[in-house]
Amino acid sequence: MALPQAKQDALAARIAGLDLPQGGWLGAARSEALARLTAMGLPTKRDEYWRYTDPTLLTAPGACAAVFDDSDEPPVFDAIDRLKLVFTDGVFDAAASDNPALAGIEIERLALAGSADIHWAQGLYGVLETRGQNPVPRPLAALNSAFATDGILIRVTGKVAKPVSLIYRHKSDASDAILHHCIKLEAGAELTLLENGPAAARFLKVLEVEVGDGARFHHIRAQGRDHERLAATHIFARLGAEALFKSFTLTANGRMTRNDCVLELVGDDAKAHVAGAAMGDRSFHHDDTVFVTHAAERCESRQVFKKVLKNGAVGVFQGKILVKPGAQKTDGYQISQSLLLDDDSQFLAKPELEIYADDVKCSHGSTSGAIDETALYYLRSRGVPLKQAQSLLVLAFLAEAIAEIEDEAIADDIRGRLEGWLHRHES
Amino acid sequence: MLNINNLHVKLEEEDKVILKGVNLNIGPGEVHAIMGPNGSGKSTLSYVLSGRDGYEVTDGSASLEGAELLEMEPEERAAAGLFLAFQYPVEIPGVGNMTFLRTALNAQRKARGEEELSAGDFLKLVREKAKTLKIDADMLKRPVNVGFSGGEKKRNEILQMAVLEPKMCILDETDSGLDVDAMKLVSDGVNALRDGKRSFLVITHYQRLLDHIKPDVVHIMAAGRIIKTGGPELALEVENNGYADLLAEVQ
Repeated sequence: MALPQAKQDALAARIAGLDLPQGGWLGAARSEALARLTAMGLPTKRDEYWRYTDPTLLTAPGACAAVFDDSDEPPVFDAIDRLKLVFTDGVFDAAASDNPALAGIEIERLALAGSADIHWAQGLYGVLETRGQNPVPRPLAALNSAFATDGILIRVTGKVAKPVSLIYRHKSDASDAILHHCIKLEAGAELTLLENGPAAARFLKVLEVEVGDGARFHHIRAQGRDHERLAATHIFARLGAEALFKSFTLTANGRMTRNDCVLELVGDDAKAHVAGAAMGDRSFHHDDTVFVTHAAERCESRQVFKKVLKNGAVGVFQGKILVKPGAQKTDGYQISQSLLLDDDSQFLAKPELEIYADDVKCSHGSTSGAIDETALYYLRSRGVPLKQAQSLLVLAFLAEAIAEIEDEAIADDIRGRLEGWLHRHES
Repeated sequence: MLNINNLHVKLEEEDKVILKGVNLNIGPGEVHAIMGPNGSGKSTLSYVLSGRDGYEVTDGSASLEGAELLEMEPEERAAAGLFLAFQYPVEIPGVGNMTFLRTALNAQRKARGEEELSAGDFLKLVREKAKTLKIDADMLKRPVNVGFSGGEKKRNEILQMAVLEPKMCILDETDSGLDVDAMKLVSDGVNALRDGKRSFLVITHYQRLLDHIKPDVVHIMAAGRIIKTGGPELALEVENNGYADLLAEVQ
C-alpha cells in the first residue's frame, strides 16, 4: 500500500540531505533498509508506540541547535581501564582513539568495512533491525540502517581483557549524527561495552548484538547531561542458548530521549536483563520502549526501569513481554517505577504481556509516587538535612536498576556520578 | 535538660486537640517515665518534640538546654542532641544501614562544626557498639530495618542512639513487640548509655520495662495532660490497680 502523500513528503524532506553510499555488502544492506523505510514512512504521534512521545523533533528535516553542558566534571568511566573508541560529531576519530588491537576481538570501522563484497557483519547489519520491525514498526531504525554515516563492527571470539568504550563527542552545536554498530559474540565469548558522551544535538543510533551460545554481553551506557539534546537509540539483540545479555542505561537530562530495546531469546536457558535509571528536570522527556520475545525454553528476562522526575518532566515506559508457543518455563519480570518530586511531572506506563505458552511465570508492576514522607522524617530525626535525605531516598529508589550492573567498579562509578549530581542540587 | 511548658498541640488537619497543657522538666542525668492509657497523647508528645509534620502547637514551649526546640527543623533538633527511638522504626529499602548511620552521624557532626568521622574510625565505632547489642555484620549491611524482626528493629534504634550519642533520649514504647530476652538486651543497651549527664524520657504502657530501666521520676499522662507525678512506686501502683483509680482521683 502506498503511503499517503503527506507521509511521503515528510520522509523525502527528512532524507533529502542524507548520503546513501552504494557498493559492497553495505550498499546492498542500505538499499534494503531504504525500501523498508519507504514502505513504513516516518513515525507520527498517531502511531500506537508514539502516543506518549511526539516524534516530530526526531523526524524533522534538520536538528535544532543544542547548547551542550560543558561542566568540568570528569567523564563517566574515567577511572575504568578500557579500550577507547571516539566518535566526534558522528564520525570515528582515530587520533583520539586507542589502538584497537586487543586479544579476542576484531574491531573495524563501518565506514571502511562496507565496500567489501563479503563480510561477517552482513549477517547482522540491518538483519536484527528487520526482525525487530515486526510486529512493531521502528522506522527510525530503518532510516539509521540506510543512512548511518559511521559506526563500529566488533567480532568477539574470546574473553576480552577490558571493556570497549565508545565515547561520543561533539564539536558542532547543531550536529545531527547517525551511527550504527554491530557486535557479534561467538559462542562462549565475553564483552563489556561502555558508551558515554553527548554525541550530537540530535543522535540516531542503532546497536545490533548477536550473543552466541554461552556468550556474555554486558552493556553500560551513560547518556549525556546536556539538557537540549535529542536522542533516539535502538538496541536489537538476539540471544543463543545459555547466553547472557545485560544492558543498563543512565540518563540525566536531554530534551528528548527515546530508547528502544528489542530482545529476542532464541536459545534455551538464555538470560536478558535490561535496566534504566533516569533523572529529569523541566522539559525532559524520556521514553523507554522495550520488547522482549521469548522463543525458547527456560529463559529469563528482567526489565527494571526507574525514573525520577521534577518540574514538569515526563517519563514514558512501554514494555512488552511476548512468550511464543512452546517457550515453556519462561521467567519474565518487568517493573517500571517513577518518583515524582512534584505535582507537575508525569509518568506514563504501558506494560504488556502476551503469552502463548501454559507453563510460564511472568510478572509486571508499575508505580508512581512521591518521596516517602515517613522515611524522610525518620532520616531527618537522625540529623540528616532535608535535601540530603531526599537525595538518599532518590538513590535508594534507583538502586534496583543500578544493581543490574554486574561489575562493581562500574556500578560504583555510576552511583558516584549520581551522588555528585544530586549533591550539586543540595546546596 | 528538657523543659516543656504548658504545651498545647492539635492535629494540623482536624480540630482534634491532643495535648492540653503539658508541663515537664527533666534535669541532666535524670530518667523520667511517662505512662498512661491508650490515646492519652504520649506518642504525640514524642513526635512533636522531634518535629514530625502534621501537628500544630497552639500554645506553650519546649526547650533543650535552653534552646527553643519547636522552632527548629527535625535535623536541627537531632544535632542539638535530641533523639527519638521510634515505636515503629521505619523501613527504608535501598539505603544500607551503615550508610544511614554514617550519613546521620557525619551530618550531625558537621552541623555542630565538628570534623566528620573517617570511614575507618566510623567502622570501628559501629562494630564496637553493635557487638554489645548483638547486632551482626549482616544486619549492618542490610537496608535500614528492611526484613528486620520486631526485636531487631528496636535493637537497631538503640544502636543508632549509641552511635549518635544524644543528650536527651526519648524512647517511645521501645518495649512493644519485644520478648523477655530482647527487652533485657535493649534495656542493657540503654543502661550502658546512662552516664549521669544524658537524660531519658521513657514512654511505656507497662511497668515491666521500668524494672530494667529504673526511672527517677514517673509521670501519668491522661487526656493530654500529666495528671500525676511520683517516684518509681507510681509505676507499680498502675501495674497493680490500672489507671481507673488515678483517673477518678483527678476528676
